[in-house]
Amino acid sequence: MERLHWLGQRCQQMVDQGGARGWYSAPDGPLGAGGCPATCRLSGKRRTVIARRGPYQAEYRAISREYQGNAIRTTKYSLLTFIPINLFQQFRRVANLYFLFLVLLNWVPAVEAFQKEITMVPLLVVLIAIAFKDALEDYRRYLFDKTVNHSLVRVYCSKQKAYIDQHWQDVRVGDFIRLSCNEIIPADVLLLYSSDPRGICYIETANLDGETNLKQRRVVSDLPLQGSELTPESFYCRIECENPNNDLGRFRGYMEHSSKVRVGLHNDNLLLRSCTVRNTQTVVGLVVYAGHETKAMKNNSGPRYKQSRLEKRLNRDVLWCVILLFSMCLTAAIGHGLWLQRWTDPIYSIAEQVSPTLAGFYVFWTMIIVLQVLIPISLYVSIEIVKLGQIYFIQNDLALYSEQLDSGIQCRALNITEDLGQIQYLFSDKTGTLTENKMVFQCCTIHGVQYPHTQNARRLALYEEDVAGVPGRSLTLRSGCSVRSLSCRSMSCGHSSTSLHSLTREEEEEEEEPQGGAPCSRMAKEVIPDPELLKKMSCLQATSLCGAEACCLQATSLCGAEASCLQATSLCGAEASCVQATSLCGAEASCVQATSLCGAEASCLQATSLCGAEASLELNSIVDFFLALAVCNSVVVSSSGRACHTHADLPHNLTSRLLAQGEAGPRGVSGALGAAGVQGEVGSSTTATPSQAGASRESTQLGPGTDLVRSNVALENPRDPTAVVLTDMGNREEGVGAVGAPNVGTEPLRVSSLEDPAFCHSGPTAANEQLIYEAESPDELALVHAARAYNCTLRGRSGDELAVELPGAAGRLHVRLLHVLPFDCTRRRMSVVVRHPLTGRLVLYTKGADSVIMELSEHPDVPAGEGYVKIREQTQNHLDVYARDGLRTLCIAQRVLEEDDYRAWQKGQLLAETSIENREELLLESAQRLETNLTLLGATGIVDRLQEEVPETIEALQRAGIKVWVLTGDKQETAVNIACACKLLGPDDQILNANCGSKDACDALLQDLLSEVRGTGEGPGRPTLGEDKALPAAAVGGFVLVIDGRTLEWALQDELKGGFLELSRQCKAVLCCRSTPLQKSQVVQLVRSQLSVMTLAIGDGANDVSMIQVADVGIGISGQEGMQAVMSSDFAISRFKHLRKLLLVHGHWCYSRLANMILYFFYKNVMYVNLLFWYQFISGFSGSVMTNSWILILFNLLFTSVPPLVYGVLDRHTPADTLMERPELYSSRPSSKVK
Amino acid sequence: MMASGYNAKEEDGHHSGAPGNGGAGAVKSKKPDNTAFKQQRLPAWQPILTAGTVLPAFFVIGLIFIPIGIGLFVTSNNIKEFEIDYTGIEASSPCYNCAQNYSWNSTSSCTCKVPFTLEQPFESNVFMYYGLSNFYQNHRRYVKSRDDSQLNGDLTSLKSPSKECDPYRTSDGLPIGLPIAPCGAIANSLFNDTLELYHLSNGTRTAVVLMKKGIAWWTDKHVKFRNPGGNDNLTLAFQGTSKPVNWRTPVFELDPNDPDNNGFINEDFIVWMRTAALPTFRKLYRIIQKKVDAPTLASGKYELEVSYNYPVRSFDGRKRVILSTISWMGGKNPFLGIAYITVGSVCFFLAVVLLIIHHKYDNRCSSADIPN
Repeated sequence: MERLHWLGQRCQQMVDQGGARGWYSAPDGPLGAGGCPATCRLSGKRRTVIARRGPYQAEYRAISREYQGNAIRTTKYSLLTFIPINLFQQFRRVANLYFLFLVLLNWVPAVEAFQKEITMVPLLVVLIAIAFKDALEDYRRYLFDKTVNHSLVRVYCSKQKAYIDQHWQDVRVGDFIRLSCNEIIPADVLLLYSSDPRGICYIETANLDGETNLKQRRVVSDLPLQGSELTPESFYCRIECENPNNDLGRFRGYMEHSSKVRVGLHNDNLLLRSCTVRNTQTVVGLVVYAGHETKAMKNNSGPRYKQSRLEKRLNRDVLWCVILLFSMCLTAAIGHGLWLQRWTDPIYSIAEQVSPTLAGFYVFWTMIIVLQVLIPISLYVSIEIVKLGQIYFIQNDLALYSEQLDSGIQCRALNITEDLGQIQYLFSDKTGTLTENKMVFQCCTIHGVQYPHTQNARRLALYEEDVAGVPGRSLTLRSGCSVRSLSCRSMSCGHSSTSLHSLTREEEEEEEEPQGGAPCSRMAKEVIPDPELLKKMSCLQATSLCGAEACCLQATSLCGAEASCLQATSLCGAEASCVQATSLCGAEASCVQATSLCGAEASCLQATSLCGAEASLELNSIVDFFLALAVCNSVVVSSSGRACHTHADLPHNLTSRLLAQGEAGPRGVSGALGAAGVQGEVGSSTTATPSQAGASRESTQLGPGTDLVRSNVALENPRDPTAVVLTDMGNREEGVGAVGAPNVGTEPLRVSSLEDPAFCHSGPTAANEQLIYEAESPDELALVHAARAYNCTLRGRSGDELAVELPGAAGRLHVRLLHVLPFDCTRRRMSVVVRHPLTGRLVLYTKGADSVIMELSEHPDVPAGEGYVKIREQTQNHLDVYARDGLRTLCIAQRVLEEDDYRAWQKGQLLAETSIENREELLLESAQRLETNLTLLGATGIVDRLQEEVPETIEALQRAGIKVWVLTGDKQETAVNIACACKLLGPDDQILNANCGSKDACDALLQDLLSEVRGTGEGPGRPTLGEDKALPAAAVGGFVLVIDGRTLEWALQDELKGGFLELSRQCKAVLCCRSTPLQKSQVVQLVRSQLSVMTLAIGDGANDVSMIQVADVGIGISGQEGMQAVMSSDFAISRFKHLRKLLLVHGHWCYSRLANMILYFFYKNVMYVNLLFWYQFISGFSGSVMTNSWILILFNLLFTSVPPLVYGVLDRHTPADTLMERPELYSSRPSSKVK
Repeated sequence: MMASGYNAKEEDGHHSGAPGNGGAGAVKSKKPDNTAFKQQRLPAWQPILTAGTVLPAFFVIGLIFIPIGIGLFVTSNNIKEFEIDYTGIEASSPCYNCAQNYSWNSTSSCTCKVPFTLEQPFESNVFMYYGLSNFYQNHRRYVKSRDDSQLNGDLTSLKSPSKECDPYRTSDGLPIGLPIAPCGAIANSLFNDTLELYHLSNGTRTAVVLMKKGIAWWTDKHVKFRNPGGNDNLTLAFQGTSKPVNWRTPVFELDPNDPDNNGFINEDFIVWMRTAALPTFRKLYRIIQKKVDAPTLASGKYELEVSYNYPVRSFDGRKRVILSTISWMGGKNPFLGIAYITVGSVCFFLAVVLLIIHHKYDNRCSSADIPN
C-alpha cells in the first residue's frame, strides 16, 4: 500500500521539479496503469504512425523517414572509429591527461629528464590495456546486438498477405507484427488484437524491471475490428502519440479512425519491447516505437556512480600532494639557480651558458617529471581494483546469502564499499524491511462488529514456529508457483512458437519463479474463517435459500431445473441418485433437513431473526464487504484453466460454467469439502452425509477446510465409493440444508466435468489445478485470499468482467467491472465501479487507507441515521485496536450509485480518459468526484511478521553507535508496536510524542520536548550543540521521538528544522509514522546535509526509492514489492539481518582496508619521492636521479603495485567474529571519520 | 583505470532490449562456495605486542647487534688509510705554484712533490685513490653526456655521436666538425693528473711499483667498453675523429705501450666514466701489489710526485690522494659498526627499562593479552 502513496509523492515531485530530473520510473502494472496525474507536459511534437503496409503508403514514406528502424546498436565504437573515440574517452580522465602532459614535457629538450621514450611506457601500457578491455566489451556487445537483431518475428507482408518471419532489425514503425505466447516483444507495439475475446493480453516485464508477475494489457478500446482477427490491409486508422521517451509507465496518444473518431490511447495499450507475452495465444500489434526509440532502450542507463566520502577526502589529499610537488620543484629550481651562481665555469658544467634563473626555470619542469611519482595517479586505479576485490568478497559471503530465496547480496554501486564502515544514521522502512511483508489476513471488522479470528491468529503463531524449524520452505513456494509456467508450456507446445527463446526460457522459468514478486505461500492463502462470521454468513444463505419458494426458484433457475437435472443424471448414469436429488430438491425437504442436520434450532431461529431489517442490513454489509475484497483489487488470476479460456471461452452461460469446472478441475469436489469442513466447525459434522465424506476421500483438499476437520469426517464415515457419482443436486441440497454451505452453487456440473474427458483438464496434471493470484501488493493478495476463505472467490478476471463466486447467490457470477480507479498518491485509495451481481445496482467499492476512507465516509448517501454513526465509531475503535496490535489496516467502503449520476460522471471520465493533455489531472479530479459520500462497510487487519533476527540486528547496530530511524507510512500505534517488537524501543525508554496540527504548535512542542529532554536526562556540563555525544542513550533509558507525518511536515520547514534536528539528536531513536515517500527523503536529506553525517537508507518498496537515492548508502531489500528499490539501491540484500554483517564486518573491513591502503600508497610514494628530492641537495638540484629511470617510471605501475592491492583486498583488521560480537568496535571508525 | 569502465548492468547481463537472457544461469544456485578463500578464512597472523614478546625481542636484538657492531667497528679500525691533500690552495703547499699557474692549454705539465710519512707499515694490497671534492659528477646533464654505443666500439656512433653528447659532440661544437672520439662532458673532463709514489729510505728514492690494470670493473672493461675495430692499430680506427677539447692527447694515445689498456679500454678512462654519486668522491687510481717478504708499504718517508694538470679551483674543489688497505668489509667505514652498536645498545637499554617497568607495575597474573 505504501508504494501507492509513494507514487503520489513522486508525481508531486515531478510537478515541483518540472520533470527535469530523470529518475527510474515505476514500472506500470494494473495498479499504476492509470499513472499519476500531471506528469509531464507534452512536448510540442508528436509522432504520427500509420500502417506501413496499409492504404496510405505514400504518406507513410513521408512521415516515417526520421523514425528509427528496429535494429539496435549498443556498441560504442565501430572498426574505424575505435581508435580516435577510445583515445578521446580515455583522455577525458584527468589521470591520463596528467601522464600525457608529463610525456610531452619530457619531449622538451631543455627539460627532458629521461630518455624520451621511457616516459611514454606507463601511459602506453595503461592506454593499451584499457583499449583492449573496451574493445573486448564492445565486441561482446556487438555479438549480442547481432543475435538480438537477427531474432525472428512474424511481420505482416502485403505481398503475400500473410505474416512472414523477419529479423527484428527489419521491423519498422508501422509494421504489423504477430506474437504468440512466450514470445518476446521486439519493439514497442500498440496492441490491436488479442486472441482473448475480451481483448486482453498478459505480459511479463521481467526483462525490464525484474518483476515476474503478469501485467495486463488490453486492446485499444472501440476498435471497430474487435473480435475477428485484424486485417492490416484495411487498417485505416492513424495514430498520434508522444515522441519517444523513457517513461515506462506512461504512453499517451489517440487513434483516429477514418471516420475522424478519436480513441484515447494509454499505457494499457502498449506492449513494451523486451517484455514477454504470456497466457495469450496470439496478439497482433502495430509498431509505434522501434529500436532505440523504444522505452526499454531509452531506459537503458549505465550504472550509478556515487563518490564515496573517502574518495572526496582523497581528492583533497591528492591536491596536497600537488602542492607538495610544486613546493619541492620550486625549492629545486631556486636551489639550482643559487648553486649555479656559485661557479663561474666548472669543468663538469655543460658549456652552453644559461642564466641561473633560466636554468632554475628549466629545472622546475624537469623536477616535475622526476617527482611525478608523488602524484599517485595509479592510486585511483588501485582503489578501483581494490573495491572490485572487496565487492567480490562481499558477494561471496555465505552469511549474506539467504537459502530460502536463493539470493545473496547484490552490489550495484561499485565504489562506496568503505562508506558502509562509517554509517552514523540508519533510516529504515518498516514494511518489508523490518517485517516479512508476507501479508496475512488476520481479522476484520464489519458493520461495527469485530471478528477476532482467534483460530486464525493461533494458526499464524503456529506457523511461525514451523518456519523457524523448517528450512525448506522454498520448496513449497516453488511448487506453488510453477503452475503458471506449466500452463504456458502446454500452450506453446500446441502452437509452434517461432520465438527464438521460448523453449529455453521455459525450462529456466520454473526455477526462476519463486523469486518473483507474487508470494503464493500456503501461509497467505489459508485463512481460517471466524466462526461467528461464518455463522452469520450461513444464516444469510439459510435465509436466502430457506425462503422456500424463492430458494427453490433460484435453485431451479440456476440449474435449469429439469433439464440440468436430467443432464446431471444422464451424465452420472445413476438413476437412483437422481431420484434422491429430485426428492431433496424439494424446498420443504431441504428446509427440514436443514433444521434437523444443524441440530440447532437456534441457528434457524437466528436466521429468521436476522432476516429482520437491521440484521439484513448487516448481512448485506457482510456480503458487500467480501465482494469488495474480492473485486476491488488488481489481482491477476491465473490457473491451469487459463489455457482453456483462450480456446473456448464463449459467453454462453453453461459453457462458462463448465469452464469453471475446468478451472477448478477435480478440486471441484474439494469445494464440496470446503462445505464439509465448514460443517464440522459449526458442529454438525457428525451428521455429514456419507456422500460428502466419500467425496472428501477422493479429492486433494485445498479448500478452506482444515485437514483436521476433513480427517474427522473421513473417519466417521468409512464410505462406499459409489457416492462419488451422486448427483450434485443432491449434494448441493444437502450441503445447503446442512449449514448452508457456501460455494455449493457451482457444484452441479462439477461431476459432469470430471466425467467428461473432452473438457480441458482431465489429465493427471489437472490434479495440480489451483487458483493462483498474483498481485503487486501483498496486501491485496491477502485480502483476496481472505475473501476466498468466506467463499467469495475471485475466479477469474477477463477484461471488464470478473468471475466471482458468492455465498448468497449460488454459482459463478459475472460481475461487470465498469470502471477501475486505480490507486494513486493523493487519493490513497482504489475504487471499482461494478454492477452488483445480486441487486443489479451500480456500486462503487473503495478500499483505502483508514484515515482517508473514514473522512470520506462521514456523510454517506444512504440515510442510515444514528446506527451508522455508531458503526463508524466502533469501526474506528477497532481500527485503533488493530493498530495497537501492529496490524496494517485498510478500510472498505461502498457507494450505491444512481444510474443518472453514474452516467453523468461517466461522461466526464470519458473526456478525461481521451484527453491527451492534462489527462492525469483530469482523471484524478474525476475520481475524486465519484468517491464521495461513501458508506463504511468495515475494515481489515493484516498481520505482517517481523523478519528473523531483526531485534538482534537493531540492537547490534545501536550498540555500534548507529542511530536508527524508522520511517513508515503506517499508523503511529502500529509503528510504536513494531518498534517495541524489534527492540528499537526498550522498556526503559521514554516516548516523546510529537503530534500537532499547526506550525506554531509544532514549534512550541519541539521546544517543550527539547527542554524536557535536556532537563531530565543529563547533567549540567553537557554540550547542547556541536560535537556528537558518544551515546547518552546507552545510559538509563533514552528518549524515543515518535512523530507523525503532519507534524513532520511542519518540522521539516526551514524555521523549525533546527529544533527538530536538535531534538532528534538527543533521542536514541526516531519513529516517523504516516510519512510520505517525499518526507522520507526529506528527512534523510536534512539529517545528511545539516549534521553532515553518513546516512544509510534501507527499504524494499517503490516508496523508499527516493529515500534510498538521497542517502549516502542506499540499500534495497529484494522482497515482495517488486524491484524498484533494488534497482535504485547501491546494495541489495534479501533479509534485514544481513545488514549486521554487512555493516559491522564488511563495512568495517572495507573502510579500514581502504583507508590503510591509501595511506600505504601515499607513504610509499612520499618515501620514494623524498629520496629523490634529498638527492637533489647533493647533485646540485640538477634533477638527476640516483636510480635507473625505468625503476622510477615503473615504480607505481609495476614494482610496488601489488602490496597495496593485496592489503586492500585481504587484510583483516579484526577477526569477523570479534566484530560481530562487539559492535562497539564499529563506532571507533566514524569517530576518526573523514570530513 | 583498468576497472573504471566496469559496468554493473552488463554484469547482470544487458538488462533491456535483451530477449531471453533473463533466465540464464538461474538454474544454478547462487549460493557462494564455502571455501576458505571466498569466505575470507585464510590463515592470518597479527602480532600482538605484549611484554612477553617485546622484551625478549629487544634483548635478542640488543645482544645480536652489539657484537656485530663491535666486529664491524674493529675491522674498520684495522684498515689503514692515509690521505694527502695536494690541491695547493695554501701557500705552504708544495703544489701552490702549480695550482696558481694552471691552464688547460699549457703543454708542459707542472710537477710538484708532496712528501709524507707513513707511521705504520701497510700490509697486503694497498689501493691508491685520487679524490675530488665539490665535483658534481652527478649533475643530471653531465651524467647523460656520453654515448655508450660509441664507447662500445660502434663505428657509426664513432662517426656520428649521440646528441646527448652535445656540446662535446663535434670539434668546435659545430655539426660540421669532426666527431669527438669519446664524446660528451664526462670524457672531456677526464682526470689527467699523473701520480707517482717514491719511497725515501736512507737517502735513496725508490719508485713504488703501481699497477695500473685491474682497477676497472671486469664488465666495464670487457663488455661495456670496446675499441672500434678491435685493438690493433687504434690510430687508424680513430681516424676521422677528434680528441676531446680538454684532452692533451687523443684517445688512442692514452697508454701507447699497452694495446690492452689503450683507447676506450684504458682503465683510468673507464674508471672515470663510471660517474660518482656524490660530489665528493674517490676513484681508484693504482694498486700496489703486496710483497711476499716485506710489508707492502713499509713505514717511513715517502714522496708523491704529481704532474699537476687538473684544475679544480674553478669549483672550489680539492684534490687528494688516498692510500688504503681493505678488509672483507671493503674500505674504511666506521659508520656501519657505530650504527649497529647504537641500535643494539638502544634496544638493550629499552629492554632493561621495559623490564623494570613491567616488573614494577604489572599487577596482573597473565601478561599475555594486552588488547591491541
